[in-house]
Amino acid sequence: MLSLGYIAHNALFYRITLYCNCVNEKFTILTAIELRLMGFKMMSEYGGQETWQEDLYSLLRSNDVELFCYVPDGGHKTLINRSIEDPEVISVPLTTEEEGVAMCAGAHLGGTKSVLLMQSSGVGNCVNMFALIKNGQFPFVTVVTMRGEFGEMNPWQVPMGQGVQPVVEAMGMHCLRAETPEEVSPTVQAALDMAYKSNQSVAVLLTQKLIGAKPF
Amino acid sequence: MSDDRSLDRKTAVPAIVGDPKDLLIVCGLAGASKDMAHLTNDGDNIFTMAGAMGGATAMGLGLALSRPDKKVLVVTGDGELLMNVGTLATVGILKPANLSILCVDNGHYGETGYQESHTQRGVNLELIAQGSAIPNTRTIDREEQIPEAQKILRDSNGTSFILLKVNTEPPPSIKRSMDATERKVAFRRALLGIA
Repeated sequence: MLSLGYIAHNALFYRITLYCNCVNEKFTILTAIELRLMGFKMMSEYGGQETWQEDLYSLLRSNDVELFCYVPDGGHKTLINRSIEDPEVISVPLTTEEEGVAMCAGAHLGGTKSVLLMQSSGVGNCVNMFALIKNGQFPFVTVVTMRGEFGEMNPWQVPMGQGVQPVVEAMGMHCLRAETPEEVSPTVQAALDMAYKSNQSVAVLLTQKLIGAKPF
Repeated sequence: MSDDRSLDRKTAVPAIVGDPKDLLIVCGLAGASKDMAHLTNDGDNIFTMAGAMGGATAMGLGLALSRPDKKVLVVTGDGELLMNVGTLATVGILKPANLSILCVDNGHYGETGYQESHTQRGVNLELIAQGSAIPNTRTIDREEQIPEAQKILRDSNGTSFILLKVNTEPPPSIKRSMDATERKVAFRRALLGIA
């Protein structure tokens, strides 16, 4: 298996396929190192502590976002932890992401700005609840950490990862992508403006190129 | 646990809710929305649904968290609640004191031809609410319990959950607005003074 891995040194797709099919721990570690040498970022390298994540929390707070709904997620670790620690916001763990969609609509009825933090797989759990957002023209912002795209090593993440953009657009939402740390804050600011000034619903995708691939 | 379904929603729901004027109300689709639109004359303190099944309790929770100064009442049916019964767990970890949930349980999916729901086949939503750490729960299936339900719903110090067991008599008929945007704007204008 290892020699096969070296032969395929430049064949990224082949390598990832091997990677996903292999349960041998040694092979997994080696391949993770190799992928890193090839310029891949691993999710664990970030540890959720990058500056852009701190900046994103400050941006949401400076826009008066006071309700943070989330399903636990590694890519959103900093935002989630900051919201839990912040006595001036309400931070709500959900049992399923669609609860967050309805909660954000309810919060808007009361005059509170909110954000739903979820992973790409969670978008699939929300689809019918997006009808509430669309019918009521509720302002709505969700920040979605993407899996199942650039460098994904878990095949189970791929179908919904590919489905996110067509699904949210089919439900009448805007879909904005952030590919680099520099793009994150301006993109989320644009989403907040579109939502709270133009009554739009917006999904901001924090892409896998930005977040990094989770090693398997 | 008694399994009496003699109460009629058309009288039991108004009796338990009482004067709805000081409440903010979110209703799940179908019967519950009709019950409450009838009681409030589809007023500006009520947001009813005709879709987004499973979203009523979460929407009421978001409103309750946003407005701790107001009593928020979620009225929904057994089928609507079953579709996202996990939301009771989310309510249970937060326990907002200003949130009350009234589940009108007729044991059937009335809107789609009265097929039996899970509650007609042994599932107990009050026990699920209890197990979800909601502090004040009660099953109401007799007329003499209605004052007790009223008190729990209005005065509980902590989230309350009332399971109102009713027969399969239909909800009152009312022509209510299905325009969610118009209802949202009216609700916010009445509550916040802004659209």
